[in-house]
Amino acid sequence: MSATGNGARTGTTNFFVAGVGGQGALLASDIIAEAGMEADLDVKKSEIHGMAQRAGSVFSHVRWGRNKVDAPLFSDGEADFLLSFEIVEALRWQPVLKKGGIAIVNTQKIYPVAVAIGNQSYPEDGVLEAEFAAGGQKLISLNADDIARELGNVRVANSVIVGVLSRFLDVSPSVWRDVLARRVPARALDVNLEAFYRGRELSADV
Amino acid sequence: MKQLLSGNEAVALGAYLGGAAVASAYPGTPSSEITPAFARFGGPYAEWATNEKVALEVAIGAAYEGARAFTAMKHIGLNVAADPLFSCSYTGINGGLVVVTADDVGIYSSQNEQDNRHMARAAKVPLLEPSDSQECMEFMRLAFEISERFDTPVLLRTTTRVSHSKGIVEYDPELRTPPAVNGFKIDISKFVIMPAMARKRHVFVEERTRALKEYGETSSLNRIEWGDSSIGVITSGVSYQHAKEALPDASFLKLGLSWPLPPGLVETFVKRVDKVVFVEEVDPFLESEVRLMGLDVSSHHFIGKEAFTLLGEYSAGLIRSSLAKFPELGIDCEKPTDHGTSVSLPDRPPVLCPGCSHRAVFYTLNRLKAIVYGDIGCYTLGVFPPLNATHACLCMGASITNNFGGEKAAQFGERADGRPRVSVIGDSTFLHAGIVGLINAAYNQGNTKILILDNQTTAMTGHQDHAATGKTLMGASQKPLDIARLVQACGVEDVKVLDPFDLRTFRREVKAALGRPGPSVIVATHPCVFVDPRVKGRQAICIDPEKCSDCGVCLKFGCPGVYHANGKAAIEQSVCNGCGMCVQFCPTDAAGTQKAGKGAKTLAISGGGER
Repeated sequence: MSATGNGARTGTTNFFVAGVGGQGALLASDIIAEAGMEADLDVKKSEIHGMAQRAGSVFSHVRWGRNKVDAPLFSDGEADFLLSFEIVEALRWQPVLKKGGIAIVNTQKIYPVAVAIGNQSYPEDGVLEAEFAAGGQKLISLNADDIARELGNVRVANSVIVGVLSRFLDVSPSVWRDVLARRVPARALDVNLEAFYRGRELSADV
Repeated sequence: MKQLLSGNEAVALGAYLGGAAVASAYPGTPSSEITPAFARFGGPYAEWATNEKVALEVAIGAAYEGARAFTAMKHIGLNVAADPLFSCSYTGINGGLVVVTADDVGIYSSQNEQDNRHMARAAKVPLLEPSDSQECMEFMRLAFEISERFDTPVLLRTTTRVSHSKGIVEYDPELRTPPAVNGFKIDISKFVIMPAMARKRHVFVEERTRALKEYGETSSLNRIEWGDSSIGVITSGVSYQHAKEALPDASFLKLGLSWPLPPGLVETFVKRVDKVVFVEEVDPFLESEVRLMGLDVSSHHFIGKEAFTLLGEYSAGLIRSSLAKFPELGIDCEKPTDHGTSVSLPDRPPVLCPGCSHRAVFYTLNRLKAIVYGDIGCYTLGVFPPLNATHACLCMGASITNNFGGEKAAQFGERADGRPRVSVIGDSTFLHAGIVGLINAAYNQGNTKILILDNQTTAMTGHQDHAATGKTLMGASQKPLDIARLVQACGVEDVKVLDPFDLRTFRREVKAALGRPGPSVIVATHPCVFVDPRVKGRQAICIDPEKCSDCGVCLKFGCPGVYHANGKAAIEQSVCNGCGMCVQFCPTDAAGTQKAGKGAKTLAISGGGER
């Protein structure tokens, strides 16, 4: 039996999505999961919600594959993609990403209360790049908040990130479009699509 | 039809398709989404009940009347509802009745990690454990049929990982059992559960358990998946999914009806495999049941909790590493490579939201050096720095009763710390279980000081309505319950209603109440930022760096919007919703609602200097 059990054998793709409560990370993970379903894959998605209202760490596991996906979770070193909406959260969850995996990181900094009140410090600039290089992983970092603000709505940063991811997946743009149309408010669809395509174009260069 | 649904949504769908007419629940993580989802799918009636005991009794009433009904609650909620559950096991039902218990394995949002499978065995009711969303829908549907066929309430147990995970659910929306009400059937020997009747019903209950064991032998809920016969896994719930991933070649006995167990099926399975491995989170429930069967195998035949932890959630990786300790199983557990930073990262625990009025309450209690008996809700977060103003928190309603009990004990000796004691309880929690403690404190001549934090919603579980919000789950308007008048009716005359955001008045009144004899209640009223319509129109606060003297006052109440940079306080504009608490504190009027740095005057909401 392989060390990673069934997942590696059956070709399941694992996504880990992390962020800070209120950033839309969980919606992004919903969109990825639904796109997988629309593409006729089996999908499992798992997250915990309850205690964290705003400003706490949030994270979600998404798995999809052509064969049946059993467990809703995967272990450290098994994620093919790590999407993080914030720098500290990317570093916190780096162990989930496999060697050779892809990290897509929004370089937005959100100071936790412990940093704000001076009890703990925020990692210095450059740590993100150095750590993912040391892990043998590909890092795509961008300030999705800035791009979203440019487009006129800071809340569409998550669609930028999903757009970056989409380039690496064998799911047609029309599927992403349908899922976005279903999951975002009608009045915000155009700006979300714009954000998605901005992200998708960005990753064409990497 | 195919939909990506959470376990909770799928349970609701199963109830809808199964013809449930009535749903009654009190919110509790991880169960809260079930009841509103039932209403969204088109369930005829759903409500937020005052607490879990009330909810179950409402559902039992509907079932007595011949309708299919259900309730859903978190694991701890079933402690509150145990009274009706245990006796309803004896009376049986008329229409189908399902009790959903969502156990918080991993303790993500609870006080303990109790395993409610024991409740099924103790109450002698059948237990169903779905493994994923598809099964949540199917098992819920089937649960109503089992309930009616065996004249019993059915316990359907999920865990957080099943409740909150999403998976694809396939169903035919046309195949719905229409809700029906058959009417109450008078039968005092069954529904009036006095001792003479109960003794006879106990005979029925034991006979029912025997019949359920037989049913489990052939039911589609239980199945054997033959694989390699060297390892046979006995499992249920989400553990099945993890075990399938960890041991894809093994044989499996997957139990969907996990109490009572089918003895024949278990024996067949156990005897045809070389080793039986029990994979179940928390307690050795299946393991102890199977071991108690006294099957003719050596004790080395079984591997259970000697390999696996009693704590927290399992995963495929954990299952493999736990079994690697047994060389005879031949399981390697080479871990995939991973890399983590050695740089120390700041923690990001859940915090009170920006603009939360609880922050004002705990800041005040911190300044008054109070020892605080907290309760269950967002406000438990008052325990963390820099507020440090919660010192005990036990269960729903205990803030009042614990404080009162301590006070009675303190009559027989001095409290050396000289600090005042205060109970803090939310609006929904007060209605759930606080009222009875308040009546007790008033009746027994207490001196108890109580703050009811009325944020006009059940916030922590996702902003559900309750009797004092003026709205029902089905969306109807309803005259809101008046908490202050209710408190008076319980026997406490000393009641004040105050907005904690008016910090000076609030602190003065709390201090005054602490000095008065007799019980007193302050209803601290301010809507949660999620339900307050005023929040949307408010501008974020700015700190004028020219005026900021870096005194640090605004950093002392733990607002996630305030941070310190370049020797000055600053406010993260994307986070701030303009509550103005920092404006009230700022001694140099640096915090205000106008954009800083443009030479414009800052606009203070009230005079600074409150410290």
